[in-house]
Formats: sequence, structure tokens, C-alpha cells
Amino acid sequence: MDDSIAMQVTRYRPDKNSQPVPVDYEVPLRTEWTVLDGLNHIKAEQDETLSFRWSCRMGICGSCGMNVNGEPRLTCATFLSDYAPGPVRVEPLANFPVVKDLIVDITDFMEKLPRVKPWIIRDDDVTEIDGEYIQTPEELEAYQQFSMCINCMLCYAACPVYGLDPDFVGPAAIALAERYDLDSRDRGSRERLDVLIEKEGVWGCTFVGECTSVCPKHVDPAGAIQRYKLKAAQESVKAFLLPKALRR
Amino acid sequence: MSAPVTRVPSYQRRIGVFWWVHKRSYFLFVMRELSSIFVAWFVVYLLMFVAAVAGGQQRYDEFLDRATSPLLLVVNAVGLAFLVLHTVTWFALTPKAMVLRLGGRRVPGTAMLAAQYVALAVVSAFIYWLVVKA
Ligand code: SF4
Ligand code: FES
Repeated sequence: MDDSIAMQVTRYRPDKNSQPVPVDYEVPLRTEWTVLDGLNHIKAEQDETLSFRWSCRMGICGSCGMNVNGEPRLTCATFLSDYAPGPVRVEPLANFPVVKDLIVDITDFMEKLPRVKPWIIRDDDVTEIDGEYIQTPEELEAYQQFSMCINCMLCYAACPVYGLDPDFVGPAAIALAERYDLDSRDRGSRERLDVLIEKEGVWGCTFVGECTSVCPKHVDPAGAIQRYKLKAAQESVKAFLLPKALRR
Repeated sequence: MSAPVTRVPSYQRRIGVFWWVHKRSYFLFVMRELSSIFVAWFVVYLLMFVAAVAGGQQRYDEFLDRATSPLLLVVNAVGLAFLVLHTVTWFALTPKAMVLRLGGRRVPGTAMLAAQYVALAVVSAFIYWLVVKA
């Protein structure tokens, strides 16, 4: 194995560049080094102004997402050696506006998440004083997969629909809606459907399926969206066939 | 409800018209979308065929004549290729879109996939029997 590898890192310094530009660096190539380690090496040894987000280094916080050789990846879980002999191209997460270097503006994502009402909605007045909600292992299993999301936004970077139409509510938000819909304690699916049945909701999705392929937590947002479409279609048929009083 | 957000100045990257050619999965997706046109074409073609059959021997013969013209042969060959792509990709997507449970257990995707191909074979065999044998 070579002892170093070339990294081509996209830099955008608003005071210096009118648009993002690739800059070449050379970093040590070690078997246990991730792309994030390479970036940290550049920052520590070559250019301390290089900006990027990270925190946990163990695929939990979801903050180190970037496009590596064109694929949205968690850089802390992507090994440099997999790209030997290089170069490794590191760009800011696709489909998001770039604030500086590898840092993207996530405001849009943060505004979208609460739109699907991702909390347990009840139609009764049960409070903690009345005791806890009991849930069986099977009931937990029904939604567990969709609760594994770490908000890394890789699915948004992989989604051409979101890239072309930023109004699309997007994969993770819909998977999150499904997470609460499938929760046996929740009664809010009707309210969420009202949000997601809109054009920018599930119908924006044309089932490219890339969100599911890139998801590091196997959440399967594409699956969630298709299941939601089925629900939305059933609701529309019901609304068409039944008089108002009989619905729901 | 939510805290006020500070908008930071940022650089908006553009998506080129040919965003779909660089990546295999995007390319396949666009081809799958495109295949719908050929699905529609075959529906129209089938209706024309039915109309020709209903129109008597002469119309039917004319239809067969036209079907062997080079242009139609090429269109139909390309169309068939797209139709196969359409079928294969949509079959592959079904297990992702549907969660089937049998006796409390989730039916594995491969089983659903296999079931679709079996169904396709059965229907095809029936049509073959209907057209050729009956
Ligand atoms: S669904 Fe997966 S890819 Fe999308 S934000 Fe959640 S963990 Fe990341
Ligand atoms: S640094 Fe936390 S997920 Fe990569």
C-alpha cells in the first residue's frame, strides 16, 4: 500500500472564491484512517482554515455527511484505503446550499422535520399520572427501523427529486412520519397524512430508491414513502366513495 | 412555535440538465421513467390490433403487413426492450413498497419477487394458449 493518498477537497471561502473550487492535498494513508481523519489531518497540519462538521466519529451524530467521490457518505465511516490509490474527491453534501468549504446550510431540513408532527399524538387525555403506555416487543419492532434515523441528510443529498424541487418534504421526514404512524401509542396518522398527501409530500417521490441505498442506518425511507403513497391513495378513494359523515 | 432562524449567506449549486448520465442508478431511473412512453405505445398498438381484428379479414391483413415494415419493427423491438426494463425494475421495487405479513411474519422480498414472475409466467402461458391453441 502507498503511504499517502491524494484528497481533492472542495473549498468555498465566500471572501475569496466566487464559487466552490477543488483544492488538492496529500494525506498519510493508514488502514484505520477514515476520510474524516484525512480532513482532520489537513486541518491540523496543512490548512487550519478548512471547515467541516463532525462530532462523534462513530456514525451516531450524523453531522459528518459529505459527498465522497460523488456518493453521499458519513465520512467517519468511510475508509480512505477503499479509495486507494486515490484521489479521493470530497465535496459538500449535494443538494444543499454551501455556507463554507464542506459546510452546508441545513435550515431547510430543520424546517421540514417538524412539519410531519414527529411526536406521539393522542386523542385522549391520558397523562403520565395514569401510568405508562405498555408496548409489546412486536409493537416496538413495527416502527423500530424507522426510529434509527440520525438526521445525517445523506438521503436528501442522494435524492434528485429534492435536488430539482427543494419543496419536496424529502425521505427522512417521511420516514419519521412513518415511525410515529406505526407506533402503537400514537393516534396521529390522520393529521400527518393531511400534511403528506400534498403535492410536496409523498407524491413528489418518483421512487428513485437512492435514499434507501445511501442510508447508513438502514432506515429504508423509500419503503416508507411507498407505504405512505398506498395509505394516501386509500384515503383518496375513501374520500371519493364515502359521504363525509362516514369517513375515517 | 419554532425559534427564529438566522439565514446565513450561502452558495447555491446548480444541477445540470444531464445530472442523470453520470450515475448508473440515476440513468436506470430515467430510463425506467422513459419506458412509460413505450408502455403507452404498446397499449395503443394493442388497441389498433383489436380494431383491425374487429374490422374484418382485409383490415387484419393490412395491419399484419404494416407490422412487418422496417420502421415499425425497429420501434417495436426498442419498445420491447424498454418494456422488459419496465417490468423488471417495477417487479424489483414491489417488495420495497409493500409489506406483506403472513401469520405475523414479514414475507421476504425474494418470495414476493418470485411470486410476481410466477404470476407473469402463468398469465403469459394462458395468453399463449388463448391466441395460439384455442
Ligand atoms: S433516513 Fe437514513 S440517510 Fe436519511 S437522514 Fe435518516 S439516517 Fe440519514
Ligand atoms: S462524526 Fe458523527 S456520524 Fe460521523
